[in-house]
Amino acid sequence: MELTKDLTLLPDISKDKLKDIYKEMWLIRYFDEKVDEFFAKGLIHGTTHLAVGQEASASGACAVLEDRDKITSTHRGHGHCIAKGADVNKMMAELFGRTTGYCKGKGGSMHIADVEKGNLGANGIVGGGIPLAVGSALTSHMKKLNYVTLCFFGDGASNEGSFHEALNLAAVWNLPVVFICENNQYGMSGSVKEMVKVPDIAARADAYGFPGVVADGNDVIEMMNVSHEAVERARNGEGPTLIEAKTYRWKGHSKSDAKKYRTREEEKEWRAKDSINRYKEVLIDATIITEDEAETIRKQAKQAIEDAVEFAKAGPMPTKEDLLTDVYA
Amino acid sequence: MRELTYLEAVREAMSQEMRENDDVFILGEDIGVYGGAFGVTRGMIEEFGPERVRNTPISESGIAGAAVGSALTGMRPILELQFSDFITIALDQIVNQAAKLRYMYGGKGKVPMVLRTPSGSGTGAAAQHSQSLEAWVAHIPGLKVVQPSTAYDVKGLLKAAIDDDNPVIFYEHKLLYKTKSEVPVESYSIPLGQADIKREGTDVTIVATAIMVHRALEAAEELEKDGISAEVIDPRTLVPLDEETIVKSVSKTGRAVVVHEAVKRGGYGGEIASMIAESEAFDYMDAPIRRLGGVAAPIPYNPELEKSAVPQVPDIIQAVKDTLNRA
Repeated sequence: MELTKDLTLLPDISKDKLKDIYKEMWLIRYFDEKVDEFFAKGLIHGTTHLAVGQEASASGACAVLEDRDKITSTHRGHGHCIAKGADVNKMMAELFGRTTGYCKGKGGSMHIADVEKGNLGANGIVGGGIPLAVGSALTSHMKKLNYVTLCFFGDGASNEGSFHEALNLAAVWNLPVVFICENNQYGMSGSVKEMVKVPDIAARADAYGFPGVVADGNDVIEMMNVSHEAVERARNGEGPTLIEAKTYRWKGHSKSDAKKYRTREEEKEWRAKDSINRYKEVLIDATIITEDEAETIRKQAKQAIEDAVEFAKAGPMPTKEDLLTDVYA
Repeated sequence: MRELTYLEAVREAMSQEMRENDDVFILGEDIGVYGGAFGVTRGMIEEFGPERVRNTPISESGIAGAAVGSALTGMRPILELQFSDFITIALDQIVNQAAKLRYMYGGKGKVPMVLRTPSGSGTGAAAQHSQSLEAWVAHIPGLKVVQPSTAYDVKGLLKAAIDDDNPVIFYEHKLLYKTKSEVPVESYSIPLGQADIKREGTDVTIVATAIMVHRALEAAEELEKDGISAEVIDPRTLVPLDEETIVKSVSKTGRAVVVHEAVKRGGYGGEIASMIAESEAFDYMDAPIRRLGGVAAPIPYNPELEKSAVPQVPDIIQAVKDTLNRA
């Protein structure tokens, strides 16, 4: 895989924004590594799904969105939330089950949402968020709000009926939605090679009559470029696009996983394609940042996650009285 | 006052809301020029156009999800499913998404949608088009469940459902579509969670839903000839359930018969009966509560078998007499 180094492809993107994206990718990495650590120590309960290694698809795709645009996410959604501008303090507080969390401690890792900011939520059901994204795009269309909905899901979800129904619906109604399939090569254990017959999931867009493109999901600039084009198409009333971001999850499926379904060699190959390092090299080559600046940014991100942990721990636990708040039926 | 059919009352409630509020729209299979499987939306696409009367592909999960997603982002969709049996195909979006989002997101976000769908047997459509699955959805925290029995009720309850900021499953009974009652022209709302005493009586309380309200009323007429005074209560909404009206009635009569078309096993009648048994009405009861429901079999095609599968008027009469120890 060649790096896309042609920054001129990016429309109106400032150096500051490019640096922000670099920091954001580290935030995603450190957030999930911290969560991993706390799960191992038993400090966070329940379950979680980590996107370490997949930072570029979240950051690259969300980088081209405007504030009014919306996203739907997945069970592996921390990165998407951060890339859509979520506050890592409130995210960490949610994982700690505190009332200061995004969902007042009632949602946990798989349900972080911030509807007002356009994050329509992570989702515990594989493929569950895809029709929701189409509904959000329908609102944009019917109310003439001109926002775009970016819909994240995985390779596994592309075998769900909801994927096929939603893509067809978005196509026949020509809705402003961009489908981003993060193909991280595995479901819980099922390899995409075992579960999907076509070499590229992007090809499934042909069946619904709109473009499907394959992107290097570990190349944040390529993700920005393809997402920009897709978002512009959507905003201009040209309908949906399916982007398949080829990537890899470094960690197991969930909090614990012996990874028997893949080899250590394969993991090593993908780790060599680390999206954050690749992006750093591009930024240094283009004299957008220096090595020292990059190091400073990384440390800032790391500190922000440490601060988020402190914020989370300081938040109050819900009480039994909170059990029935927001229950209406 | 003028009379409308139940079907016309559904259409009038939707049309009046759509004239009032641009956010209200309807989506579903064949609801456009065809007018829907039962003709409920006939004429609506002509008035409101294809943007607000959205004909969809046959994709129950996809269109249910689109309804949820549009509701979450500011619309007030009315989703028509052609037969309530098809809710099985849409259930992830209804149960795991629509019902859960508000709570799961800590109160941020709401899903103001109505899922309208015809249920029940009696049309010869057999096992996959005749079920009454309301207990399934009533079991789920986060879904309101409505089962109107008259044209008057359907209009007022549908307005309340559309105005509600939460997902409402609205069951229309196919055999009631052609039934008529007096319906005001102007828009009105019947609050969800308010039962209606369809007939007052003193000897026994019959709690009946949907088409069983009519069969219970017929039974009450017959019972009156035998000097038995039956009170007929239509809960109208299962969630929320107006427990107070039921408990008060049973405390007065001392006897209760609960009747619905849905299969008795696991049916909502069990919930109502338990609620009565756990309430102060228990102290006034002179006989065990009787439950009537469909037999635990798929709805058969043959018309006589089909009738035998669900409670009929004589079954209700017999159940009442049983509670009164009168053969």
